[in-house]
Amino acid sequence: MDRDVMLLLYRDMTRIRRFEEEAARCYTRGKIGGFLHLYNGEEAVAVGSILAVEPTDYILATYREHAHYLVRVGDMNAAMAELFGKATGCSKGRGGSMHFFDVSKRFMGGHAIVGGHIPIAAGIAFASKYRGDQDITLCFFGEGTANMGAFHEGMALAALWKLPVVFICENNMYSMGTPLYRTLAVGDVAVRARGYPMAQEIVNGDDVLEVREAVRRAAKRARTENLPILIEAKTYRFRGHSMSDPAKYRTKEEVEEWLKRDPIRLLADRIYDLGIASEAQLKAIDDEAKHDVAEAVKFAEESPTPAPETLFDDIYAEEQPVPDVEKVVALPRRASAGA
Amino acid sequence: MRELSYREALREAMAEEMERDERVFLMGEEVGHYNGAYKVSEGLLDRFGERRVVDTPIAETGFAGVGIGAAMVGLRPIIEFMTWNFSLCAFDQLVNNAAKLRYMSGGQITLPIVFRGPGGAAHQLAAQHSQVVENLYAYVPGLKVIAPATPHDAKGLLKSAIRDDNPVVFIESEVLYGRKGPVPEEDYVIPLGKGDVKREGKDVTLVAWSKMLQVAQDAATELAKNGIEAEIIDPRTIRPLDEELILKSVRKTNRCVIIEEGWPFAGAGAEVAYRVTSKAFDYLDAPVRRVTGEDVPMPYAKNLEHLVLPNVEKVVAAVRQVLYRS
Repeated sequence: MDRDVMLLLYRDMTRIRRFEEEAARCYTRGKIGGFLHLYNGEEAVAVGSILAVEPTDYILATYREHAHYLVRVGDMNAAMAELFGKATGCSKGRGGSMHFFDVSKRFMGGHAIVGGHIPIAAGIAFASKYRGDQDITLCFFGEGTANMGAFHEGMALAALWKLPVVFICENNMYSMGTPLYRTLAVGDVAVRARGYPMAQEIVNGDDVLEVREAVRRAAKRARTENLPILIEAKTYRFRGHSMSDPAKYRTKEEVEEWLKRDPIRLLADRIYDLGIASEAQLKAIDDEAKHDVAEAVKFAEESPTPAPETLFDDIYAEEQPVPDVEKVVALPRRASAGA
Repeated sequence: MRELSYREALREAMAEEMERDERVFLMGEEVGHYNGAYKVSEGLLDRFGERRVVDTPIAETGFAGVGIGAAMVGLRPIIEFMTWNFSLCAFDQLVNNAAKLRYMSGGQITLPIVFRGPGGAAHQLAAQHSQVVENLYAYVPGLKVIAPATPHDAKGLLKSAIRDDNPVVFIESEVLYGRKGPVPEEDYVIPLGKGDVKREGKDVTLVAWSKMLQVAQDAATELAKNGIEAEIIDPRTIRPLDEELILKSVRKTNRCVIIEEGWPFAGAGAEVAYRVTSKAFDYLDAPVRRVTGEDVPMPYAKNLEHLVLPNVEKVVAAVRQVLYRS
């Protein structure tokens, strides 16, 4: 494994963790409103997946998408400003925590209706195939999505039309407060792929290298053979579903058991084992992440709120000049009564 | 001028736009090999091939979402619902995604997509296949909603809708598909949001769209026999509404009757009535009246179905009321 890659993975995972921790603090201070769903504990999935594909490949995620944005786009200031509802946010303060977008980087959004973005991901992949591009689409979703109609329809069409999309299930074991065994008749979400049919793979979502390898293989196959795949990454959410959830439905023992498998800790241990970096070097990476987060908060605090006169902007696209003909041929009107 | 059916006019609009722009494609149930459930897309598969005329499984959420995804990255899909009744399966895609992606991304996403298909009551199709949905979609900022009444309007408006950079809900009328009317040979478009004076008159303004235009026209003919000259305004586009055209007419006639096929509660006609009342109040000589479908799921029995729908008698009675001649 390349030393630089290992450190890059570590850096991105650390940045996500520090960002989310600070977002939680800002939320309790009342600086951030709405829902705030944090990604702590799941970092290996977003980082391993997104760093495994090309920057020109499309990314879609759910309402728990800060991490995916930070890996692909990397603009911590725009992310934090969006959480603060500022004009400088990545969606100009219109989207908030659940709707980060950066189309210029092909980050096609955080989508907040469970499963609603799965057909959209298939549609973006459809467009790639329609145009004969080599781009593929990565679509992230939680295990709770596996019972939604949109999930099945999107998967079925992707398989039927052989669309280049990699579906990545971030199975953090809980659909909000309900554990998987109470919501899913099959043991693994990946099993669902069989019916479409679609290739499937289950990976340890706490192991960033394992995730990365699986997504690299899947991406290559999607790109060269236009075949979709469903990858299920088993992981764990360290915090509640959102900031309003104290997660009392989980035992202390269970959480402690998973904390031992902290994906950042696991990667750090591997880095030490391989002699790639020292503890001091990793601490320096962590310090830089903390510094960047502090700067992002400062940026967000100091940024202007969206101007009231922009409230109605961007509901509709501006009228486009019609390229070829813009001729209106009027019909003769019936003159008046009795005509 | 040559005459085309409403169906042929729609087909011609799609064919011309597909010819003109490689990014335009048609997707939906039975649009290809079956040549369209209502034959609107007849011949398009032969002409454009399977890449651009795409048959789908019965999966409204799925293919509506695929269209939205494709539009997000620059294609210009036409998504056909076999009937608009089935669009309700994809309501989330239209309302939560198509209408909002631009806004909630801070203007980063442009979504040039047309959802089209037949809407409204047909003949004895009962509650789940006979309903008006323009009110549901017109409620949502971010969508444009069109309901054409004539072959001429259908072609010009569909061409504009396909060229528009916004999500457009284009509701055709099943019972109008065979209706013929003049359609120019030359290329033309009709701007979205522009209504049309379908008949000039001085005594009362009738506002009607889609197949209610015919009811309004028949009522106007009937009223003319008694010397009442009705002016008919067809807004054509429900959202954005050509408010000025309606107000201008009401300021002239001082009376207004709105005819809509849908349910009365919170319907588009209620919005028209509100705007007329609040913006042309001083010109009104009588309260605005609405003739709507009855507030009931559509029954199957022919006689009951007849009771539900607006008709000439109901319109004539409403006009007599606003003229105080009842």
